[in-house]
Amino acid sequence: MSTHVQLEIFEGPLDLLLHLIKKNEVIITDIPIAAITEQYLATLELMQSLNLDVAGEFLVMAATLIHIKSRMLLPAGADEPDEDEGIDPRDELVRRLLEYQRYKEAASVLEQREILTRDVFIRGGGSTEEAGPRGFREISIFELLGALKRVIERLPKDAFHEVTLEKITVREKMTLLLDKLHERGSLVFESLFEGVRSRMEIVVTFLAMLELVKVRAIRIVQEELGGPILIEAAAGMDEAAEQVALDEEQNGA
Amino acid sequence: MEREEIKSILESLLFVADGPQSAQRLAESMDGIDRKLIQEVLAELQSELETKNRGVRLVEVAGGYQLRTPKNNADWVKKFLGGRPARMGKATLETLAIIAYRQPITKAEIEAIRGVDVDGVITTLLERSLIRAVGRKDVPGRPFLYATTPEFLQLFNLKDLSGLPPLKEMEEMSLPEIPGATIAIEQAEES
Repeated sequence: MSTHVQLEIFEGPLDLLLHLIKKNEVIITDIPIAAITEQYLATLELMQSLNLDVAGEFLVMAATLIHIKSRMLLPAGADEPDEDEGIDPRDELVRRLLEYQRYKEAASVLEQREILTRDVFIRGGGSTEEAGPRGFREISIFELLGALKRVIERLPKDAFHEVTLEKITVREKMTLLLDKLHERGSLVFESLFEGVRSRMEIVVTFLAMLELVKVRAIRIVQEELGGPILIEAAAGMDEAAEQVALDEEQNGA
Repeated sequence: MEREEIKSILESLLFVADGPQSAQRLAESMDGIDRKLIQEVLAELQSELETKNRGVRLVEVAGGYQLRTPKNNADWVKKFLGGRPARMGKATLETLAIIAYRQPITKAEIEAIRGVDVDGVITTLLERSLIRAVGRKDVPGRPFLYATTPEFLQLFNLKDLSGLPPLKEMEEMSLPEIPGATIAIEQAEES
């Protein structure tokens, strides 16, 4: 299976770090570097196992984190006794995180303005911007990965391993998901994986979900941080369903 | 010409106009009526549309005046227009924010802040005319410098760049996040 998924919501190493910092409820200026590094690397691993394109920047940051971690282990000023003792190996990273967060916040303030073709319109304006339901927020790829990890961990760890030739394609899963959505309107993230027995099938299901987000057939939202993750139909759903059916016919022919 | 007549004509001109119109341009096309008078009448028209809760409002945007529908009617207008959603992703929005506050800025400088490659996003923003190249930086490689366009101001309902919500100072950033802080800024900005 070599489906590559690239999503725009994928935001880079700084975004992942901010997410981990928030999740751990620690302060940016005093990051527990060992714990955060470990979680950062675990997320990269998960991303790689999903065949998500892990951009070089993520690896550079991994190296930076490990370097900082090793420097934290040295006694302060051991190699340069005359140097200012106050230099924290984390300083540069903290500065970058704060700077990035500053613009991230500025972006979200901008997003709340009265946006043309979303909130306000001018004569002859055609296209509209899709708005999420009130009170819901769009979820980040990192939160999704976290949820996926929990699903994988819940897999029964059978002592034996049954070798069957599973032929589930991402496209089939996309059709299944769309059918379920047609029936119920919205789904809880975990319910996508009901009855799923293998790690491979979980991954295929997850990729199918990401594909549908990409073509804007579905939207993944969450009412509050840490709350249930909901999958719901979006504007492009019917179109996507037709496209998937069409592709399947062609592939089957 | 009577004040009410001027007001009526201005409303017509703004209705047929393609983009925001400056008071100067409006004054010129009305045989040189004093620009100050034009501005006064426009302010009257603006508050009239507001108080009568009319379906179009007069907004000052991108250095001019424009008729726009009020936010309260957005759902109905959207439903009526239908059409494809034109969403702006987080990456696009963040990059745009960096350019807006730091312009003119090079691609490398944006990448240094975001920590990721912004090639694709820059192309999208250029295609949507939200940014443009305004020159080259005098450093090796002479990279392009990017700045926002009037279309950017139109998109975010901004009169000019000074209307951008203030950026937090770096010192404030290290404080723990206060829930609803961004909303407070937004409200303060509107009042």
